[in-house]
Amino acid sequence: MKFGTNLMLGGALFAMVIIAGIFAPWLAHTDPVMAADLMYAEEPPGSAFWFGTDAQGRDIYSRVLYGARISLTVGIVSQLINTVIGVCLGLSAGYWGGWWDDFVNGLTNLMLAVPSLIFALAIMAILNPGLTSLLIALGLTNWSFTCRIARASALSLKSQGYVQAAKVLGYGDLRIMLTQLLPNMLGPIIVIGTLGMGGAVLAEATLSFLGLGIRPPFPSWGSMLSDAREQITTAPWISIFPGLAIFVTVLGLNLLGDGLRDILDPHSRSRRA
Amino acid sequence: MLSYLVRRILQTVPIILAVAFLVFVMFSVIPGTFAASLSDDGRAIVDVTVVERMNKEFGLNDPLYVRFGKYVGQLAQFDLGMSFRTRQPVTKVLADRMWPTLQLSFAAMLFAIAIGVPLGFIAAMRSGSFVDTISMVVAVSGLSLPKFWLGLLLMYLFALVLGWLPSFGYGDGSLRYLILPSIALGVAPMALLARTTRAAVLDIMNADFVRTARAKGMSESRVVRWHLTRNALVLILTTVGLQFGTVIGQAVVVEKLFSWPGIGSLLVDSVTLRDIPVVQGAILAIVLFFLFVNTLVDVLCAVIDPRIKYT
Repeated sequence: MKFGTNLMLGGALFAMVIIAGIFAPWLAHTDPVMAADLMYAEEPPGSAFWFGTDAQGRDIYSRVLYGARISLTVGIVSQLINTVIGVCLGLSAGYWGGWWDDFVNGLTNLMLAVPSLIFALAIMAILNPGLTSLLIALGLTNWSFTCRIARASALSLKSQGYVQAAKVLGYGDLRIMLTQLLPNMLGPIIVIGTLGMGGAVLAEATLSFLGLGIRPPFPSWGSMLSDAREQITTAPWISIFPGLAIFVTVLGLNLLGDGLRDILDPHSRSRRA
Repeated sequence: MLSYLVRRILQTVPIILAVAFLVFVMFSVIPGTFAASLSDDGRAIVDVTVVERMNKEFGLNDPLYVRFGKYVGQLAQFDLGMSFRTRQPVTKVLADRMWPTLQLSFAAMLFAIAIGVPLGFIAAMRSGSFVDTISMVVAVSGLSLPKFWLGLLLMYLFALVLGWLPSFGYGDGSLRYLILPSIALGVAPMALLARTTRAAVLDIMNADFVRTARAKGMSESRVVRWHLTRNALVLILTTVGLQFGTVIGQAVVVEKLFSWPGIGSLLVDSVTLRDIPVVQGAILAIVLFFLFVNTLVDVLCAVIDPRIKYT
């Protein structure tokens, strides 16, 4: 794909989802939770109901718009938590070394040994379903890649002349890490963060689909699909639109991440995977 | 070689123990026991004496460290405890579910390798062409598709509209039942493999030894066979190993969607029912499998690539 295409296309898709989420109250036709009317149950898509209606007669178009809010909140916030944890652990481990480095390494290996969806599922099993639990479950389980990158960058950067100079000038460890090391590793970390956001959106949808994330009647794309399973024979459109929304969001974030990598992390361009 | 193998296996022991500890502690702090959850959900009205008796029977009144000590002791004897719900040994419950999960994961990986690797190869050989663009569009889309949605669409098209394949279930365990769930599960690793293969082959094509081989007049097919394929294989194999583990984790949702009687659907059901020994056992089984596959891949890579030292 041509340089820049990824970035433009991904950015456009993601911007579309953000706009849908922010302006949902103005763009939606009906209330996503309360406006149920069994008279209009399972209406196919048409001029009145753009995406059709579900088994309770709720407008799917409105519910998909509001669903963007949940997906984006979970995607952005949980990935921010992951990034902060990963950077703090990786940066300090790489810079300080010693027993702390061994400890962080062990922890990272442990996290890598458990598939992150299983880990998140276990946490959701302990906490009660809901938005806060989702943010915790997804925010705590996907920092290992960020941590590895931050650690590797800190290891290679700490012997650089300017870092040594800062040390001679009497900068404290924290100041060196924040002002000298961090800015120089931001590129790859932003890339991983963007891709991770897509992963978090998928994970939220998956957990909600399994009944462990956002519970109905709140319009999460995953739980909408979980409901739609029952009506797949009579009303397939109930399944199509929420899934399409997840796909577009994650695709946008993946393309955006690829595009950002071309710009921010040019060394990896040749070995781009 | 043998000592390398032994060392790699020994390295996984602390991880297994740490996971066992983590899982144990996590599920010991849950407020509410299985007995109490029975009455919460309104499935059965349980009175206080029954709750007390169940807690006693499963040793839930002991302090945490006593319970963990007991748990590790049992674990060493491959005893994972007893299911709260069915009162069967967890090892037996897991053993019954193991085969369908393995079947599904292997089938999904087979699909991923059979499509993803050639796709990546072709894309790299014709880098920048229309074929390359299309295959990379397929790859990035495959990575962005939610598995359960893809599964639903496959189910709708091939089972309900066309009627070619059964829509869900395990049936008699025949191939017909395996096709749809393994495609739903295999698309994401397929996409990732296509991207990794393409990147690996592109990288190697620019390497000095390939240019040398071409310069000394080696035929293109020999270059591809001897230099490209062998060198790309290590990277592809590593990706396959990592993806295998991910697939086992992701199988949870596909199994649930297709009512596939594997470890994943067992895990989700047990979580909802708070059948903690089964949840712990299922997570441990998944982690063990993940570690096993990755150790195997490391050893295989060492066999294929003589540059990897057995240290």
